[in-house]
Amino acid sequence: MAVIIDYDAGNLRSVQRACAEVGLVAEISNDPARVRDAERIIFPGVGAAGAAMRSLTANGLDESLKDVIASGRPVLGICLGCQISFDYSEENDTNTLGILSGKVVRFDFDKPELKVPHMGWNEVRPVKAHPLLAGIETGDEFYFVHGYYPEPADERDVYAISDYEHDFACAVGRGNYFATQFHPEKSGRVGLRLLRAFSAWDGRL
Amino acid sequence: MLSKRLIACLDVRDGKLAKSVKFVDTKDIGDPVEKAREYYEDGLDELVFYDITASSDARNIMLHVVEDVAGEVFIPLSVGGGVRSVSDATDLRLAGAEKINVNSAAVKRPELISECAQAIGDQNVVLSMDIRQVPVSPGLPSGYEIVINGGRTPMGMDALAWALQGERLGAGELVVNAIDADGTRDGYELKLTRMIAEAVRIPVIASGGAGVPEHLVDALTEGKADAALVASMVHYGDYRVSELKQYLHDAGVKMRMSW
Repeated sequence: MAVIIDYDAGNLRSVQRACAEVGLVAEISNDPARVRDAERIIFPGVGAAGAAMRSLTANGLDESLKDVIASGRPVLGICLGCQISFDYSEENDTNTLGILSGKVVRFDFDKPELKVPHMGWNEVRPVKAHPLLAGIETGDEFYFVHGYYPEPADERDVYAISDYEHDFACAVGRGNYFATQFHPEKSGRVGLRLLRAFSAWDGRL
Repeated sequence: MLSKRLIACLDVRDGKLAKSVKFVDTKDIGDPVEKAREYYEDGLDELVFYDITASSDARNIMLHVVEDVAGEVFIPLSVGGGVRSVSDATDLRLAGAEKINVNSAAVKRPELISECAQAIGDQNVVLSMDIRQVPVSPGLPSGYEIVINGGRTPMGMDALAWALQGERLGAGELVVNAIDADGTRDGYELKLTRMIAEAVRIPVIASGGAGVPEHLVDALTEGKADAALVASMVHYGDYRVSELKQYLHDAGVKMRMSW
């Protein structure tokens, strides 16, 4: 049983459906107590960093999330969830959760042919082993939709990179916390493989 | 490096799959959920469902179709046809659509784009444009005009100007559907696609006219589109999704080749 944190950050049912497909029962909740007691947490989200942080802190979901992380239980961040786990986001000039150190910056290109957001399928290249990346092979592509990307301050937190004009970190983590900039729930079979690995993960490396 | 996308569009009428030829004479060609699953397993990158149902009774049937597909297909799912309000958009999102396509209703009331962008996020609002070629005139300087009602009603709006306005209002993506080419299998309108793709900073999907795999290569190279939309090519079994992707890959177009 997992809890998907609901903080008005987009359509969570697609995450829930993909979890169901891999046999992980997931409840969508905005109740800080349910989140605090969850066996495992998925922290998804699309939308803007500023509104997301306001909504998370307004009812104490940020504290619940930090409690779960401190307890060693597995937590998976997705997309905006991944971004706001860093210290700071350029989006809406927002101080974010600080679970990982570093910041989130905007794709800024002077070439008009490079569209922002970075939208579509792109290769994910693991740079070191992680239980959630088991079975992901060179050439496997995941679905991305984002205008901002993480710049982790600590190289040790980077597990996979992708490339849009330049390399960027697309899977990050520390201990029992893991997060992806891409959407495993929209990434076909390889995405489901990652979610299945998460459903079985005990939070240890 | 970002891959180009192959998108299949399924026209749905009263819960069944239909494919139009030049927007008239639609015929039923099967179960949308089954087709969606088949394409997904064959490596399709994204699905579009277009509700061409005329009656409002059948809207609920469409929500069920979307729900059924969303439970089985784990790639981006885009739905359009008859979206007139934010509540139409949010109903479809709750049923499982990732992206919402707006078309005629946005032409009549452009604020619909910004309202939807506000409610469901810019990146999830797709502006679908039906376009026909016309003589260049002061009112239609690009030589392309927006039409609605399945191509029957010319709106006197310049297609390029509308694309730029749509982008400003918050559309996250544009579908450039050349109705002169729709269903003909003679190839995409490359000049139109390229003109719009070069003018905007959001992704452009080429639509209408694909008949042979070479047409897709043209749209994604010469036409500068980010994605190519197909329908009849795959619906009648002439080509498989994986076969089209392999062709594009062999022609040097970056595609997702493992799934």
